[in-house]
Amino acid sequence: MNPSVHALVAQFGDAIVRYDVTWGESTVIVQRGALHEIIRWLRDDPIEQYDYLVDVTAVEYRDADRPLEVVWHLRALAQRRFLRLKVMLEKRGVLAVPSIVDLYSGADWLERECFDMFGIRFDGHPDLRRILLWDGYAEGFPLRKDFPLRGRFSRAEQLKQALNLDVAAPDERVVPS
Amino acid sequence: MSAHRTVEVALGTSGLDANGQPVRVPLAHREARLAAGDDLPLREPELESDHMLINIGPQHPATHGVLRLVLELDGETVVRCMPHIGYLHCGFEKMGEYRQYNQIIPWTDREDYLNSPGNNVAFALGAERLFGVECTPRATVLRVILMELSRIMSHVVWLGTTSVDLGAFTPFLWLYQERENIYNLLESWLGARLTTSATRVGGMAADLPNGWLDGLRAFLRGFPRTLDESIKMLETNGIWAGRTIGLGALSAAEAVNAGISGPMLRASGVAYDVRKDFPYLDYETYDFDVAVGTTGDVYDRFLVRVEEMRQSVRILEQAVRRLPEGPINIDDPRLILPPKHKATSEMESMIHHFKLVMEGPRPPAGECYVAVESPKGEKGYYFVSDGTAKPVRWRIRPPSFVNLSAISRMVEGHLLSDVIAINASIDVVMGEIDR
Repeated sequence: MNPSVHALVAQFGDAIVRYDVTWGESTVIVQRGALHEIIRWLRDDPIEQYDYLVDVTAVEYRDADRPLEVVWHLRALAQRRFLRLKVMLEKRGVLAVPSIVDLYSGADWLERECFDMFGIRFDGHPDLRRILLWDGYAEGFPLRKDFPLRGRFSRAEQLKQALNLDVAAPDERVVPS
Repeated sequence: MSAHRTVEVALGTSGLDANGQPVRVPLAHREARLAAGDDLPLREPELESDHMLINIGPQHPATHGVLRLVLELDGETVVRCMPHIGYLHCGFEKMGEYRQYNQIIPWTDREDYLNSPGNNVAFALGAERLFGVECTPRATVLRVILMELSRIMSHVVWLGTTSVDLGAFTPFLWLYQERENIYNLLESWLGARLTTSATRVGGMAADLPNGWLDGLRAFLRGFPRTLDESIKMLETNGIWAGRTIGLGALSAAEAVNAGISGPMLRASGVAYDVRKDFPYLDYETYDFDVAVGTTGDVYDRFLVRVEEMRQSVRILEQAVRRLPEGPINIDDPRLILPPKHKATSEMESMIHHFKLVMEGPRPPAGECYVAVESPKGEKGYYFVSDGTAKPVRWRIRPPSFVNLSAISRMVEGHLLSDVIAINASIDVVMGEIDR
């Protein structure tokens, strides 16, 4: 097991929901409210030094009652350690977690993709909008399990929407701030 | 509506103001400069008054795919860069949730399509960890050969297209000939040139045909010479140096914080290579060096990639020497199909074949993240299984997606023509970015 897991438990106690090891990889499930503080500590602590954010993604299980999981993969390059953090989100509750763009600039697009695909809000993200799909995409969030493989709309409807996209609306983003 | 469409689609705006005139973005800092007593705008009132929006792509040869960059220019200097991606989004991850593990392998050909064999290997490694099996010694070495061949393939395409972007056509032709040689090798082994689908969970699609290693040896003799000749045309070339040195530099701390990986990270001076730091396929037993740059500019990225190709040749030479005899597939009926002649002659084998094809192998419930060093950087596959034959989640950690996300920071402040060089130095493959 990754020694950082015990350090996390010692440091944060109740904020650590549980931890386990699968195929040699340590997973720590943490509480949503403490996530930002935990990742900041992992990054800044002189012993831990998790300086590299590998990935931000989410998992939804086929079992409708299982909560949604948001997953962060972190690396400590110097110590060659790998750690997985998770936050469980009840599907009926608010689908939002804190953003860590202020800690890792690489989280920017990864969080946007996660929002785009799962509809999970990253609070504190400076520019949270769709990234792979277009802004007016109306079918929902494709990687959610209730999203059918071929999309919600028929091909005819998809084509109609694409042709009628209201792109004439002025786009504020291209005006300098 | 329809009259607007071309401009709208090109710029993401109507392109016209309320009076039907082309949009001009007001110069934000003009008032500030006036307030500071700078009379420059008064001397040149018309010339300096506006920023210009320029759109590059999605259909532009220098964006290496369907990448679209909207640039805000002050004269020729980039003030802001707004990348737009997603034009090639296919939903590979969603489709993977509806496929058995072996059926996903053809998708991996198509994401980073310059590195198809490498993706196949990475996928098989990830799935095998999920199943709790390890491939045979022969398959391990065959996979190293595939990984390094595809690294050379990808870097050769990168160097060829980048030199065309920057005005040198000859290296492109010479290097593409070498790429052709690799494709011929892959074709004679796997039957396909681009979409190789080289691996299966637990083994390989096919063993080497007779005499294949001789072909590889011939390639390994010829390729370094072509590479040296091409590099000689660029390395000390004044135009090449002038258009690459000092551009788009990222410091080591910046690059690590941005999650950048692969040659881009190493050019910034961070010696992080998954093959060395988190070894797989026995890479720790191969003798090779990790190329590291100092300044992290476009020229350093060029040098790092060139050195990586030379190191790949070293690894390939060792792999050819150590390739053991033996089976390519593990001996595990849960994963591996029975031989065809048995499936058509023995009842048990036929049932086995039928069940494996129709139901698919089932991994235990669990999850794993497996990363490899792809030519673009750390490529990871994250699998989550609930014990059924199809993954609950199959996530690609795309290195060029994360690398590209730093482009705004790299191009801002540089000239428009430098955007082409900086963008090329990232080595984007839109198939992988948009997935």
